[in-house]
Amino acid sequence: MFQFLKIGAQASTASFWMPPQASTFAAGVDNLFYFIYYLCLIFFVLIVGAMVYFAIKYRRKSEGQKTSDIQGNHTLEIWWSVLPGLLLLIVFFWGFADWTKIIVPPSQSLRIRVEGQKWNWAFSYMREGISSKNLTIPLGHPVELTMSSKDVLHSFYVPAFRVKRDVLPNRYSIIWFEPTEIGQFDVFCAEYCGDEHSGMLNKINVVSEADYDKWIQNGGDMGGSGINPAEFGKQLFEAKGCNACHSVDGTPKIGPTLAKKYGTEEELADGSKVKIDDNYIRESITVPGAKVVKGFQPVMPSFQGQLNDKQIAALIEYIKSLAQ
Amino acid sequence: MHTENYLNAKKGIGSWLFTIDHKRIGIMYLVSILTFFMVGGIFALLLRLELLHSGMDFVTKATFNKLFTLHGAIMVFLVIIPSIPASLGNFLLPLMIGAKDVAFPKLNLLSFHIYILGAFFMLYTMAAGGLDTGWTFYTPYSTTTGTSVVSATMGAFILGFSSILTGVNFIVTMHKMRAPGMTWTRMPLFLWAQYATSVIQVLATPILAITLLLLVIERTMGIGIFDPAMGGDPVLYQHFFWFYSHPAVYIMILPGFGIISEIITINSKKHIFGYKAVAVSSVAIAIIGFLVWGHHMFVSGQSEFINVFFSFLTYAVAIPTAIKVFSWVATMYKGSIQFNTPMCYALSFLFLFSIGGLTGLFLGALSVDVHLHDTYFVVAHFHYVMMGGTIIAFVGGIHHWWPKLTGKMYNESLGKFACLLIFIGFNVTFFSQFIMGSQGMPRRYADYLPQYTTMHQVSTVGSWMLGVGFLIILIYLLHSIFRGATAPQNPWGGKSLEWTEAATPPIEHNFDHPIIVTHGPYDFDEIVHTQKGRH
Repeated sequence: MFQFLKIGAQASTASFWMPPQASTFAAGVDNLFYFIYYLCLIFFVLIVGAMVYFAIKYRRKSEGQKTSDIQGNHTLEIWWSVLPGLLLLIVFFWGFADWTKIIVPPSQSLRIRVEGQKWNWAFSYMREGISSKNLTIPLGHPVELTMSSKDVLHSFYVPAFRVKRDVLPNRYSIIWFEPTEIGQFDVFCAEYCGDEHSGMLNKINVVSEADYDKWIQNGGDMGGSGINPAEFGKQLFEAKGCNACHSVDGTPKIGPTLAKKYGTEEELADGSKVKIDDNYIRESITVPGAKVVKGFQPVMPSFQGQLNDKQIAALIEYIKSLAQ
Repeated sequence: MHTENYLNAKKGIGSWLFTIDHKRIGIMYLVSILTFFMVGGIFALLLRLELLHSGMDFVTKATFNKLFTLHGAIMVFLVIIPSIPASLGNFLLPLMIGAKDVAFPKLNLLSFHIYILGAFFMLYTMAAGGLDTGWTFYTPYSTTTGTSVVSATMGAFILGFSSILTGVNFIVTMHKMRAPGMTWTRMPLFLWAQYATSVIQVLATPILAITLLLLVIERTMGIGIFDPAMGGDPVLYQHFFWFYSHPAVYIMILPGFGIISEIITINSKKHIFGYKAVAVSSVAIAIIGFLVWGHHMFVSGQSEFINVFFSFLTYAVAIPTAIKVFSWVATMYKGSIQFNTPMCYALSFLFLFSIGGLTGLFLGALSVDVHLHDTYFVVAHFHYVMMGGTIIAFVGGIHHWWPKLTGKMYNESLGKFACLLIFIGFNVTFFSQFIMGSQGMPRRYADYLPQYTTMHQVSTVGSWMLGVGFLIILIYLLHSIFRGATAPQNPWGGKSLEWTEAATPPIEHNFDHPIIVTHGPYDFDEIVHTQKGRH
């Protein structure tokens, strides 16, 4: 019905107003969107059309021009209250009906935990023991996300799936969807959360069932198989959002830069000195407040429990490689 | 000027700052509000400039966040909420009902002084490193950020009292000070809108005050109310906040409706179509407006059950609003329409506000709102309502009553040109935001992904047109004060008391003779009376 509006720039399912449709909800949401859109268009043309027509037809042609003594018309007033009222009822029920689908996840879903934190998302596949920066999910399978925040409010938003849900620090929020297209889709944070709010971006990779199984076998994105530890560390460094606060080019950001730091001495807030070695890095990751470098605030969150030994070792190797 | 009027009756800065004359107080509000409009507007231009290219070009992300926060906070608390009631409302209310002042002139002055005090807190916030919470102060971000949350919330808290006192003053004035013959149904619709606004100001503002005070208590004393780290609940904050801030939307738009009713009738020389429907719909909006706050929270994690009611009630509030728009258009039917600058603003309002109102239908639908919530679609929607509605009506009203305010006429051609430029610039700026919003661009983003570049660039170019348009208005209005032609008493042929009975500009005590009202505000000389009239 709305084919003529569609543009072929991205996926075939994108339209002028809407991004590609990549979940089972998308078509329903878009249909209601376009229903309201045409309803609005009709009313807008009627209102502005009448306004322009009257403005031209009844423009003042002479001073003191006579006008009609019309003070109202009950029949007309009742019609233009009742008729839009009925149309609004349709819109309300339609939106309500589609929404009941969005809020009730099916029981056979793949369950994944999501943790929002300034300013990245982390995904945990609890049963498989995999944690990941990006979400990888199988095509045609319902996915249920149990989400929480480590700090302030965030909101998990996937435009291509037409789903969004606030993520709170004091309770779990649930969101579910079933992807219908293979591909990569944007995840945004939609609730303002501070400096790097606009950088709190991740991807959802929708892959075939077979590719998904293979991905799980390899331990996900963060398994570190098949690459050297420093390279794995670099992956983690970006995936865990370390790069949001620590540069690798020498410029201090919210935290100190890590360029050419391994093996050097650093002055701490209390004036004492510490040598940057494997143990200091490990401690700074797990108990960041213990030894804070002078001139910086103790704002780094702990990654205790979020990184296993292999991953911490890889991060140390990466920081070592930055010293050269 | 030969005759004595309210402008030249007394001299010196003290005769302004400590005046209890409602007209002078209205003028002081007008000057302050327009000054803050300029400040908030400059912040808007800066943040649009940063968004011209993706990546950070001339401010950091932290600075960008302060820019949009201050733009929002200034525009909401210092400009739009007080805009029409405090300036034009103060000036016109006693003149329109034939009273010599408001009921409590000293309270009126106190309201203004409180406004200035609140404004100082806001200015201090800017000087003390700014604010980066968004104008909504959502917890727990606002409890934990290092920026000046306490001074800003105290500013909004204090400004609330100014709003409440003005509301009380207006309600009492309308009940008690109407001249003989000024029945409720002979009041200009501008006053019905003021009345509904005042009721909301009195009933809703205390909720905001308490909420912000609780936030200050949480921040300064560490008592957990909204921050989960201290045992509080952040969704509770959102309920409290929107319980005020949704009705506040109607505080912002209803007075604009009132101005449009005046401008369209006077320039069509017609009785308003459906006086009672238009008057009562203001009150209906005020009441239902209290019951829809939850539509700001469809994805917040509030009860799924209650969302259904909020969605339904949101559509209920659409109907009285639609009635008003239809009635304004119908008023033009068989009229004698004059296209002066205020009328151009009224037509511009009908176009822009229709888009603003209709796009609300998308956001009220539960399933569609899940996609559109917190995107630029919402930003575009509320700018079409708040700016395309309230600010356009406000600017139209300033032009309409400019002869009465200053006794001078402004340059009509420049007035129409600026109106057209603002109309085009507005649509370029904000229509593009609907498109990027429904495509998924989240709001409050300092940076964006490449697929949104074109629409951001279009929007930024539009903001420059808006900037130039408002600059032109500033220049010709200032020029008219010093060099403008003297205005006649009733340049548009109005029938309400401020045109027929008061001098231009009015004298200090408003009228030089007792007022007895014998006709309605829209009984224009041009109307050919028939037996039919109503029905």
